[in-house]
Amino acid sequence: MSILFSVDQAAVHSSSTTLVEPVSLALVAGRPFTILGETGSGKSLLAQALMGLLPHGLNATGSALIDGLPIDLTDPGAQRPLFGRKVGVLPQEPWLALDPTMRALPQVAEGHRFIAGKPTRLANEAAREDLLALDVADCADKLPMQLSGGMAQRVAFAAARAGGARIIIADEPTKGLDVARRNEVIALLMREVKAGGTILTITHDLELARQMGGDLAVMFEGRIIEQGLAEEVLDNPSHTYTRRLIAADPKQWPQQKRHADQSSPIILEAKDIEKTRGGKRLFTGIDLTLRRGEILGVTGQSGSGKSSLGDILLGLLPPDRGRVLRDKAIAKVRYQKIYQDPPSAFPARVTLAQSLNDLTRLHRLDAQRIAPLMQRLRLSPTLLSRLPGEVSGGELQRFALLRVLMLDPVFLFADEPTSRLDVITQAETIQLLVELAREQGCAVLIVSHDRALIDKTCDRQLAISA
Amino acid sequence: MAPLEMALAAQAAPAPRISRRRLIGVAVLVLLLLFAFLPLLVGGTDPLKQSLRFALKGPSLQDWFGFDHLGRSMQARLAAALRLSLGLAFLSVVTAMIPGIVLGVLSAWCGGLVDRVISGLSDAFMALPGLLLVLMLTAIVPDNPAMLYIGISLVLWVEYYRMTRALARPLLASPAVEASRLLGFGPAHILRRHIWPEIGPMILTVGAYGAASAIMAIAALGFVSVGVRPPTPELGAMMIELLPYYEEAPHALLQPILVIFLMVLALQLVGAKDRP
Amino acid sequence: MMKTLLNRLIQAVLVALMVGMLTFVMARSLPGDMAYRIAAGRYGYDLVDQAAAAKVAAELDLHQSAFTAFSQWIMDLARLDFGVSLISGAPVMEEITQQLGNTLELAIAALLLSLLIGPPLGILAGLRPGGWLDRTLMLISTALRALPQFVVGLGLIILFSLTLNLLPAAGHGQSQHLFLPALTLALGLAAVSNRVARDAMLSVQQTAYYSFGRTKGLSDWQVFTRHGLRNVAVPIITYLGIQFIYLVESVVVVETLFAWPGIGHALVHAVFGRDIPMIQATALMMGLIFVGLNGLVDALCHLVDPRRRAHGSA
Repeated sequence: MSILFSVDQAAVHSSSTTLVEPVSLALVAGRPFTILGETGSGKSLLAQALMGLLPHGLNATGSALIDGLPIDLTDPGAQRPLFGRKVGVLPQEPWLALDPTMRALPQVAEGHRFIAGKPTRLANEAAREDLLALDVADCADKLPMQLSGGMAQRVAFAAARAGGARIIIADEPTKGLDVARRNEVIALLMREVKAGGTILTITHDLELARQMGGDLAVMFEGRIIEQGLAEEVLDNPSHTYTRRLIAADPKQWPQQKRHADQSSPIILEAKDIEKTRGGKRLFTGIDLTLRRGEILGVTGQSGSGKSSLGDILLGLLPPDRGRVLRDKAIAKVRYQKIYQDPPSAFPARVTLAQSLNDLTRLHRLDAQRIAPLMQRLRLSPTLLSRLPGEVSGGELQRFALLRVLMLDPVFLFADEPTSRLDVITQAETIQLLVELAREQGCAVLIVSHDRALIDKTCDRQLAISA
Repeated sequence: MAPLEMALAAQAAPAPRISRRRLIGVAVLVLLLLFAFLPLLVGGTDPLKQSLRFALKGPSLQDWFGFDHLGRSMQARLAAALRLSLGLAFLSVVTAMIPGIVLGVLSAWCGGLVDRVISGLSDAFMALPGLLLVLMLTAIVPDNPAMLYIGISLVLWVEYYRMTRALARPLLASPAVEASRLLGFGPAHILRRHIWPEIGPMILTVGAYGAASAIMAIAALGFVSVGVRPPTPELGAMMIELLPYYEEAPHALLQPILVIFLMVLALQLVGAKDRP
Repeated sequence: MMKTLLNRLIQAVLVALMVGMLTFVMARSLPGDMAYRIAAGRYGYDLVDQAAAAKVAAELDLHQSAFTAFSQWIMDLARLDFGVSLISGAPVMEEITQQLGNTLELAIAALLLSLLIGPPLGILAGLRPGGWLDRTLMLISTALRALPQFVVGLGLIILFSLTLNLLPAAGHGQSQHLFLPALTLALGLAAVSNRVARDAMLSVQQTAYYSFGRTKGLSDWQVFTRHGLRNVAVPIITYLGIQFIYLVESVVVVETLFAWPGIGHALVHAVFGRDIPMIQATALMMGLIFVGLNGLVDALCHLVDPRRRAHGSA
C-alpha cells in the first residue's frame, strides 16, 4: 500500500482569521479519498490550498508530499511543476474548462505533447486512444459547444490526465448533474482508482461519497470533524453534524405520503396534454386531476419537460394539444409557483420589505399576517431590509414561500425548489413547504430530479418520458 | 410586530457609494458650468466685441484669458462656446433618451413585428456613421445649430434604444417578472420595480458618453467649417481661427483645446463604470 | 456566413437609402431655381437653356409627385449615376475614383498601424492588471480619448513638422505624407483598442479553461499561445467593427486637416459648397467603405473563430 499524496497540517488563513484549521490526510494508491461538506464548510478552500490556487488575499500553511516530492504549501507556485505530470485537476464545470475555440483532440493531445514530451503525431495518436477508451472517439474534431455535458466531462477527464498524472483532484465533479450522469462520473473516477491511481474528491453529495467508498473526511466550519472509512462514517456517524447531514438525505426522510381524500374539491384538471419543444416531443396524452391538499410529484430526466408541464398547468405555456381546466370560482392569483433559483425570482434591486409591501398593497392584504408567517418560516425580521442577493438561498426560498402563502394559494407548482440548496436546508425547506400546504389545503406539484425526495414527500407520482 | 415595522421603516435604500473617479468628473463639470453660465448672471463682456488694440494680447491680471486675433475677450468667447456645446449636447442627450428608452422597452415588451420594425429603423440609423448623418443634415440648412441638434439626437437615440432593449429583454423573460405577473402585478409594477431599477444606472453612463461624443462632433464640424460658423464662438471653429497664430499666441490656441479636453474628460469620468 | 453576408448587403442598401433620402431632401430645399442649377450642373452653364431646365424640372419635381421623383432619384443612385459636380462641372464618378483610392490607402494604413500599437500593448497590460504598464496606458488612453482627433493631428504637426522639421505637415503624393494622418487616426483607434484588448486578456485569464490549461501542466507561455491568443483575438476583431464608425468619422476631419485629397475631404468641400451630386457620391462611398470594412471583419472573425465555421456548417 503506497502513499501517493500526503498532506501535513494544511490550513488556510485570511489576513484576519483562520478559515480552514490544520488538516492532515493521506491518499493511497488504488483507494479514493472523499472530503464531504456543505457550502461554506471550507472544503473548496482546502482543495484550492492543496493545488496552490487560492484566491488573492488568502494564504495557505502546511506541507505535502506528492509522490515522494516535498511541497511547501505556503508557496503558491510550488505545485506548478507537478501539474499534469503528478497531479491532475478535474475541473468543476467541464464545459467551461474546455477552450471554446479549440477542438477536442488537440486539447487532450497537448498534455501528451507538451507535458509527456511526445512528438506531435504520437501525441495525437495517444489522445485519440484516450478518447476511444472513454467512448468519445467521435468527439475528436468537435468544438466544446458541440459536445453534450457528459462528453465534455470525459474529454476534460482525458485532458486532465494526459500528462501522466496519477493523482486526480476533483472539486464538486457532480454539481448540477442528474442521477444517470452522476453515476457516469463516478464510474469515470473509479476507473482511475482501479488503474492504481488515486482520487481526491471534494463534494457535498452524500451519494457520491457513499458510492466512491475508500476514505472519507467530513468538513464543517473549517474543520475536519470526522474521518475514517466511508462506509463506517456514513453508517455510524459519531459527530452530531454528520448525523444531521445524513438524516437530511432524502433517502432517510420519514414517509409523508397520504391517501388522497376523494371528497375534497378538484381545483385543477388536465386532459390529454401534449407539448413539443425545439422539435422534440416532450410528452403526450397526460391526464391529471388535482384535489385540494394533494401533493403530486413529477419525475423524469433533465430535459424531459417536467417544468414545462407545470408551466402549462399554470397557464404560463400553452399546450400543443389538450386542455387545462381550473375552478372558475377561484381567483387566478391563488395558482402560484416556486422557482428553482430563488434570486432570479425576485426583482434584484428592490428590498424584500418593498416587495412584500407592494404585494399587500396590491391585493389589500392584512399586513398583520406577515409577522407570524415569518416566524413560522424561521425568517428573521432583520432580513426584510435586504436585497434578494443579500440573503442566503434557503432564506430567499422561504421568502418566496411567504410571498405566495400570503395569497392563500390552492395550487402551488414547485419547480425543483431545493436543487440549489444544501442538503440540510433542503430538508427544512421541503418540510415547511409540505407542512404549510397541508395546513392551508393547497395542492402542490413538486418537480424534482431527486427520486428519493419525491418518493418520501408526495402522495402520488407522475413519471414523464417521451 | 415592532421589529417588522422597524425593518420596514429602515428599508430606505442605502446611499449608493459614488466612486472617486465619478466625483472628480462631477466637480470638473460643475466648474465648467459655472464658468460658462456665470457671465449670464453677473454680466460679462460681449464675445463678439472686437477691439483690435487688444489683438492676441496675452493673459494679464485683469483678463486672465487674454484676447484673440481680433481682440475679442477669450473668456467671453470660451464661456459662450461652452454654453453652446454643453447646451446642445445636453439637449440632444435628453431628446434622444426619451424615445430611445420608450422604444427600447416597447420593442422588448411587444417583440414580434413591433420589435422588428423598430429594430429595422435603428439599423438604418446605425448603417451610416453618425458624423456623416450630421454632416449631411447641416448641408440641408447650413449654419444652423438646430440641424446639429436634430442630427446628434438622431444618432444618439439608437444607443439608448439598443441598451434599453438589451437590458429589458432578458429581464422581461426572467422568472422574476413571471413571478410578479403570477402574483397579479400589472405592467406599471413591472416597469417600476423590474425594468427601471436596472435601466436607471445605464442612463447616466450612456448619457455622459453621448454628451461627450456630441461635443466632439460639434467641435469637429466647427473645425472643418461646416458646423456653426464664425463669428459665433464655437470651440472647434475657434481652434481653426487661432491656428495661424499658434507661435505668437499659443495661449489662445491652447485655451479651447484645454476646455474641450476637460469637458470630455469630465464626462468620461462621470460615465465610467467601476472597472475591476 | 451567408447570413452575415446578407446582413451586410442589407446594410449597404440602407446606407444608399439614407444617403438618397437626405440628398433628395437637400435638393428639394435648395434655394433659388433648383432646376436651373441642376441643369447647369448636368449640361454645363453655357449649354443651359430654358428647354434643358424645363426637362430637368419635369424630371425632378414639378410634373411628378414627390414619390415618383424620389424613386427616380434612388434609381439613379442605384445605377451609380451621380451626374456632374455643381462646382467643377466634371462628372462626379471621375472625381471620386481617385479620391476613393486615397482614402482607402489612408484608412488601411491607419488600421494596420493601430493594430500594431493597440492590441499588443493592451494584451501586455491585461497580463498584469494594475501594473505600471496598465496604469500608464490607462492614463494615455483616457487623455487621447478626451482630445478631438484634429487636436491630436495638430499636435503631431506642430511636433514633427513645425518643430522637428521631420515630416511634411500636409499634402499628398509621397510616402512621408501618409505618416502623420495615418498616425493621427491610429492613435485614436489604439486608444480604445488597447483597452478592449486589455479587458479581453483579463477576462480570458479568469476563465475556467485558462486555469485548466495551467493545471494540465502547460507553462504560462504555452497556455497563452494555445488558449489565450485566439480567444483574445475574437473580441478585439469584433470590436474593430465598432471602431470603423470612429475611423470613417475621423477620416473626414483628418483628411481636411492634412489636406489629404480623399473622399472625406471632398465630402466636406461638397457640403460647404452644397454640391449635391458630390455630397451624394462621397457620402455613399464613405458609407460603403464602412460597410465593406465591416464585411472584412466578419470574414476575419470567421477565420479566427472556429465556432463561427461550425455554426455555418451545422
